[in-house]
Amino acid sequence: MVEKSIIRADEAAAMVRDGAVVHVGGFLGCGSPDMLLAALLASGKSNFTLVCNDTAIYDPKSGRTTGVAPLILGRRFRKVIVSHIGTNPETQRQMHAGELEVELVPQGTLAERIRAAGFGLGGILTPTGVGTEVEQGKQVLEVEGRRFLLELPLPGDVALIKARKADRAGNLVYSKTARNFNPLMATACSLVIAEVEEIVPIGALDPDQIHTPSIFVDYLVLSDGRPEGGSHA
Amino acid sequence: MPEYVENKEIIARHIARFFRTGHVVNLGIGLPTLVGNYVPPDVTVILQSENGLLGLGPAPAPGEEDKDLTNAGAQPVTLLPGGCFFDSATSFGIIRGGHVDFTVLGVLEVDQEGNLANYKIPGKMVPGMGGAMDLVAGSRHVIAATTHFEKSGASKLKRRCTLPLTAMHEVDYVVTDLGFFEVKEGRFVLNEYFDAYDPAWIIEHTDADIVVAPDCHRWEP
Repeated sequence: MVEKSIIRADEAAAMVRDGAVVHVGGFLGCGSPDMLLAALLASGKSNFTLVCNDTAIYDPKSGRTTGVAPLILGRRFRKVIVSHIGTNPETQRQMHAGELEVELVPQGTLAERIRAAGFGLGGILTPTGVGTEVEQGKQVLEVEGRRFLLELPLPGDVALIKARKADRAGNLVYSKTARNFNPLMATACSLVIAEVEEIVPIGALDPDQIHTPSIFVDYLVLSDGRPEGGSHA
Repeated sequence: MPEYVENKEIIARHIARFFRTGHVVNLGIGLPTLVGNYVPPDVTVILQSENGLLGLGPAPAPGEEDKDLTNAGAQPVTLLPGGCFFDSATSFGIIRGGHVDFTVLGVLEVDQEGNLANYKIPGKMVPGMGGAMDLVAGSRHVIAATTHFEKSGASKLKRRCTLPLTAMHEVDYVVTDLGFFEVKEGRFVLNEYFDAYDPAWIIEHTDADIVVAPDCHRWEP
């Protein structure tokens, strides 16, 4: 098997160009690639389009942030394509001030649009959003008497994802609910960089238990504080 | 005439009675989450959480939280034995595919046509729909769980929603702190009423068409 390069987070951030469409895994910050996001913020680049479940959590009182929230605060996005912004008041503020374009997509539709991009589909038909604002500007198709919206694929330039464990080939295993959008995004972007907590030798993962096949992953970044091939928990 | 006092507990207690062993149930954030506290001990439901799990368990003991194990509101949770994890496409396949028996969610407005608004007040508050549009469109039964009145005193049950819709014609049941309604043929059918709120009082204080079911009766937890 071909081994994947293990790079540093700042090297990963250097591969993301200004204005790129960036898919970021995580659900309100659970399962988001925090080290890669910190490096992207530090890189100073901006004008990105974000594809993510949400804009994570920002609590103005305590200053606490999760996931992509520091990049929202740092105004690195031109547009966000997400299902939820309710836990980040700064996203709503920027949207109302006309500083940030927000496209709200139902969560299941978002997942399927990403999957469609990665799986070679021309789009998907979903009943979700029929009769709502989500229907506006979309083709409605009737199949066997039921109305569906045609939702188009949502590919990206770069996926920044997080997994629990990788082998050197780039096969990934996720942890619990930190999986969420990560495996879908790994299929849908030209460049896929996975932040992982542990990297094990080829052959050390049970092939039946792998969530993301190695061919979807381009680079591995090891999370802080965990030596390569560390614990095999 | 009764004085209205908000009562979320009676809503949660009433909704918990819908479930039978083996039902797959998704409980929304806030009031719907309370429903889980009142499921009878002899009923075992399988709770689904749209961020990717089946078999949602109680909150962990302090110090036992796992950063990789949360519910859709980002709170630490546990997984019951036999539970499992999956990605977001599978999670919404479960939801959209009709494999969830009941979804319980809060509303800003619900109307007598079964329309539901709960994700946006234009120009004011725009949290986004998250998984709500899929849950409402795909679940076998949709229960709207809500206090009957807004803080302003206006009824949340409407003839016609004025806010942007989360879904059209999908709500089956509405449980408020006044009573239990079924959405049927373009009207709310009052099946049960709570506390001292009798049908006449409920009709008088609700801005919607309500029909009283022939066997409508007072329900006590």
